[in-house]
Amino acid sequence: MKNLSESEYDQVIETGHAELHYWKDLWLYRELFFFLSWRDILVRYKQTTLGIAWSVLRPLLTMIVFTIIFGKLARLPSEGVPYPIFVYAAMLPWQFFSGSLTESSNSLITNSHIISKIFFPRIIIPASTVIVCLVDFLISSFILCLIMVWYKYSPDWRLLTVPFFLLLSLVTSFGTGLWLSSLNVKYRDFRYIVPFLVQIGLYISPVGFSSSIVPEKWRLLYSINPMVGVIDGFRWALLRGNIQIYWSGFLLSTALVMLIFVSGIWYFRKTERTFADNI
Amino acid sequence: MNVIKAENLGKKYIISHQQERGGKSGKYTNLRDVISEKIGKLSNKLFNPFTRNETSPHSAHEEFWALRNVSFEIKQGERVGIIGRNGAGKSTLLKILSRITEPTTGRVSIKGRIASLLEVGTGFHPELTGRENIYLNGAILGMAKIEIKKNFDEIVAFAEVEKFLDTPVKRYSSGMYVRLAFAVAAHLEPEILVVDEVLAVGDAQFQKKCLGKMEEVGREGRTVLFVSHNMTALKILCSRAMLLDKGDMVTEGETQAVVNHYLQNMTNSVLEQVWENRETAPGNDKVRLRSARIIINDEEHHENVIRVDTPLKIEFECWNLLQEAELNFSMSLYNAEGLCIFNTVSPAVVYRAGLIRGVCAIPGNILNDETYSVMIMIVKDMSVPLFSKNDVLVFEVKDIVREGAWYGKWHGVVRPKLVWNTEFIQPTVQESFEITYGK
Repeated sequence: MKNLSESEYDQVIETGHAELHYWKDLWLYRELFFFLSWRDILVRYKQTTLGIAWSVLRPLLTMIVFTIIFGKLARLPSEGVPYPIFVYAAMLPWQFFSGSLTESSNSLITNSHIISKIFFPRIIIPASTVIVCLVDFLISSFILCLIMVWYKYSPDWRLLTVPFFLLLSLVTSFGTGLWLSSLNVKYRDFRYIVPFLVQIGLYISPVGFSSSIVPEKWRLLYSINPMVGVIDGFRWALLRGNIQIYWSGFLLSTALVMLIFVSGIWYFRKTERTFADNI
Repeated sequence: MNVIKAENLGKKYIISHQQERGGKSGKYTNLRDVISEKIGKLSNKLFNPFTRNETSPHSAHEEFWALRNVSFEIKQGERVGIIGRNGAGKSTLLKILSRITEPTTGRVSIKGRIASLLEVGTGFHPELTGRENIYLNGAILGMAKIEIKKNFDEIVAFAEVEKFLDTPVKRYSSGMYVRLAFAVAAHLEPEILVVDEVLAVGDAQFQKKCLGKMEEVGREGRTVLFVSHNMTALKILCSRAMLLDKGDMVTEGETQAVVNHYLQNMTNSVLEQVWENRETAPGNDKVRLRSARIIINDEEHHENVIRVDTPLKIEFECWNLLQEAELNFSMSLYNAEGLCIFNTVSPAVVYRAGLIRGVCAIPGNILNDETYSVMIMIVKDMSVPLFSKNDVLVFEVKDIVREGAWYGKWHGVVRPKLVWNTEFIQPTVQESFEITYGK
């Protein structure tokens, strides 16, 4: 009888071994990633009868409320852009961010039955929820197009830079989502913290108003909020450059986003080995 | 040729008693608890800087080896059964093999694609249709899209759900659901298949279908690892078996021999257990068990043997450490194969803190000749289990006197003596029947 020598086995399981083959595993499980995203999208638009209508209504209503409160009542400046468009351009990245944050922070818990029964790189789960929010984002973008047509407002060449800012907001959402989802497995009361964060975030981010109303000396400090850079970027790209980017703040935001993203992956990988034991 | 080689596998869990104290949180921690614990320790240090920081019994972390120094080799095409009581480490072993959790020590080398079936229907989503779930579940179990497409019609035929393919599975009957789930799993084509207790679901006919499919898998030269409490299924399916107990590999070898070893080891009767020390008795800060015993209530025979017709009393005593609580006992009896024979509960009564006794009488002529183990659970408010313990008592019911001339094994999990009524209705009449046509 022939026994295999070490090299003839094609898989070895031992402590820390999965770490070495992390990216290779991720590639092997890419199909599962597509299937899970596909499932989440299907379920999202099936479960609520309103489905797509809901993802249209939510930003639209928020936009109307903000336009009335900040534009009409408080008479905040919008740099010559119709206030609804001005708000909606910021709603796009904000909805994407808050949606993926909420969904991904709970994603590991809601999928615990799969995690405790089947192996796959766990990072697929929060990643697939971000994809669902991306679909919402596309629907919302279409609404923005309609609003722009209504106001006969046309963007210029800067529109071409939108994918870059979208990527930036994706990295922000995913990075934060990684942190929160893995913390949520360990400390279950994080699920109370996330809605609070999202609610507060809507008011401390320049969604309903322009970040230019923040006094000059505080602007750099204000840019510590990573969404400031993303939202300013979106407005810059969509609104014909009426909005100037505060570059030092933007770079600070971007650097912080990268830090959150890289540390998020690091923390997620560090904790994911024990997910099945803790969940 | 070896396809699986495990060397010195071990898995350590750390049980934190702090969490238990947290009560409702159960397995996981709350940030709130962690913060308050940290602050507590810090203030201790500030105000009593000279006392040594002894770990209080509440925050003690206990190590627990679910699996220890397990080594084995499995050859290609072998069907191997894994036997053991609850908590013996079977599931942990399967989880390590299917990479859900990492071993603490040791390593496993595997040749070939491994698919694990720890549950049928993992990842089924109730809102999705049968068709969608086939794809989703297939992907989760590790099938490539092309493979699922190729097997799609076969899966549907096996599950017998053609008409309901585009119905959300939440509208499926439980039978259809299980059939579809198993059909997907059955069409996995890995070189190594790891299966946990999946046969515990479905009706007898379905179980037969599953067993047949598993045999087929084995015949195709694929390797199967199979965990089950069902000794009969194990004996049919597996040529070799391993016996685990408390994380250790006790024995391995030919299935029949290992099953016998397992059954014999379960016959060590424990008719009485007493824990005098309230601090160390099994339990927690709500209830602690003081004693459990079997009282043989047989006036005719003064021997210490439990016979099929012997009435029994099972008595439990426990300390209620709660001030005022509505408590009841819940007792389950298991046979040697791990099958729950019945579960019985005492009426719930409000008790003050103190010692409580519960006695359950089992009349004669209910149990069959088998070895039974007793699981006791103490429940609060008829709904919250405070504490439970397996194998508190183990006893053997013997078949000594029997009416009639049949001496084989008496079938059935229970053996009640039921009232029969038989009578003679009429004698056979020798008659010739005339067949008449028409009028």
